[in-house]
Amino acid sequence: MIYLTRKCEFSASHYYHNPDLTAEENLRIFGKCANLNGHGHNYTLEVTVKGDVDRTTGFVVDLKQLKDILNSEVVEAMDHRHLNKELPEFATRIPTTENLAIAIWNRLDTKLERAKLHRVRVYEMPDLFVDYYGEQ
Amino acid sequence: MKAYLTRRYMVAASHRLHSEHFSEEQNCEIYGKCSNPYGHGHNYAVEVTVSGQVSSSTGMICNLVDLDECFRREIMERFDHQNLNTRPEFTSLVPTTENFAVVIYQILKREFQGAHLEKIRIEETANNSFEYSGEGQRL
Repeated sequence: MIYLTRKCEFSASHYYHNPDLTAEENLRIFGKCANLNGHGHNYTLEVTVKGDVDRTTGFVVDLKQLKDILNSEVVEAMDHRHLNKELPEFATRIPTTENLAIAIWNRLDTKLERAKLHRVRVYEMPDLFVDYYGEQ
Repeated sequence: MKAYLTRRYMVAASHRLHSEHFSEEQNCEIYGKCSNPYGHGHNYAVEVTVSGQVSSSTGMICNLVDLDECFRREIMERFDHQNLNTRPEFTSLVPTTENFAVVIYQILKREFQGAHLEKIRIEETANNSFEYSGEGQRL
């Protein structure tokens, strides 16, 4: 089994707000992330796939295919976007880094052909990241 | 949906690797320049990984503010800009980064209730890092 990790970056804005909670509760739980005017991050995404090395190509995954999937599913969908307002996943879900990692996993999982998705790691900042390994 | 969250903190501290169970020559042989009598320091990068179900109400595993506050109170207050050898946690323990990882793990395991503590990873320098997940070690 070989693991391969591909990295990409995107910049997006978001805010944290749960409409079922009062303004005071939102502020208490989410602090300045609850500012409804939003704020932004430079996200770094690391996608790790796993599989056996193909005897003919020597690849665990076709990197061009992986790059195309990352571009269409993540970069084109999320780069320079407002996650709350432009991503269907976050119409009813708060775009925390946890939920972003899960959303990216769900976008990528069905698209991969040979290799299997192993881990999605999303850095919101250099000192904060979330790992998601699918349903465990 | 279970996810893992990792937060990275910087802790600056000095230490000297030296054991009273060894002679001066043995300390020198085992620990090299890390055993110099006046000690030396590092900027430790401490990564704390916690895990848990993502709350449907908050979208979070735990509130980062609580983790930051716990780390500040329990780890920064104890160790930042300190000489590790002078700390009670290391009176009978050589303050290697292995032991530092175990000590931090045990303190946070006891003090942080917001999520399950998975792992402590410490980069002592850009070239050395150490991980401890709570198995098989009691100090």
